[in-house]
Amino acid sequence: MPARVALATRALPDLDRRELGAIFLGGVAGGLLRVWLSRSFASGPTDWPWAIFAINVTGSFALGCLVTWLRERPPESTFHHPLWTAGFCGTYTTFSTMQLEMLVLLNHDRYALAAGYALSSILAGYLAIWIGTGLVRRERATA
Amino acid sequence: MSAWVWIGVALCSGIAAIGRFVLVALISSRVVTGFPGAFPLGTFAVNMTGALLLGLLAGLAVEGDALVLLGTATLGSYTTFSTWMLETQRLAEDGQIAVAAINILLSLVVGLGAIALGRAVGMHL
Repeated sequence: MPARVALATRALPDLDRRELGAIFLGGVAGGLLRVWLSRSFASGPTDWPWAIFAINVTGSFALGCLVTWLRERPPESTFHHPLWTAGFCGTYTTFSTMQLEMLVLLNHDRYALAAGYALSSILAGYLAIWIGTGLVRRERATA
Repeated sequence: MSAWVWIGVALCSGIAAIGRFVLVALISSRVVTGFPGAFPLGTFAVNMTGALLLGLLAGLAVEGDALVLLGTATLGSYTTFSTWMLETQRLAEDGQIAVAAINILLSLVVGLGAIALGRAVGMHL
């Protein structure tokens, strides 16, 4: 069935200034850390992109822990939650740079490396979320 | 890299994070029919548009400080890997394995297509 996309009427969701401020601050920290790390551990166009790989996996682990810690413990914070989740972790990790690195590897005929990079990033990122979530839930259960 | 560029990185990252949040909130607050209800369309839209624009920058051969500011800082921050993984894991945890798998495959394939398309367009501009 072709996707007939019907949009409802609401123009903008309610935006909380405090929430946006928290996301901005988290974004500044996450962006600075990623740019600094990716410049310090830069890799060539035919190398395994270690910096972004490590950033995406560690950021996913942090998000798994933080989102479980902050969301599954009421009351939900309107500052700490956006600061750490959409702000810091969302900005620290990146999708577009990873895709560009894959495209560059493909252009250099490094097909196995590109596929390995994509698969291992997704597998490790997924496991990092799962492990982070599990650790926090178990901690909670025994506390 | 000069101190001014680092200040620029900080500002671009913060603004891009807000841009991502607002776009995701905008898309999530609307009822979209024709997609599985649980599909994380907001993050998908952000990552695909970010990939397209980064491809465009690459095609236009943007380099140096401009590439750091517009590419690594702005578009790198606008798109996200961790939220994509979190939403996928939570879908799988809820038993929506098919939607989780579609979220991974569609993002990878469409993302790669978007960045290649963006670059091809940029090269011809």
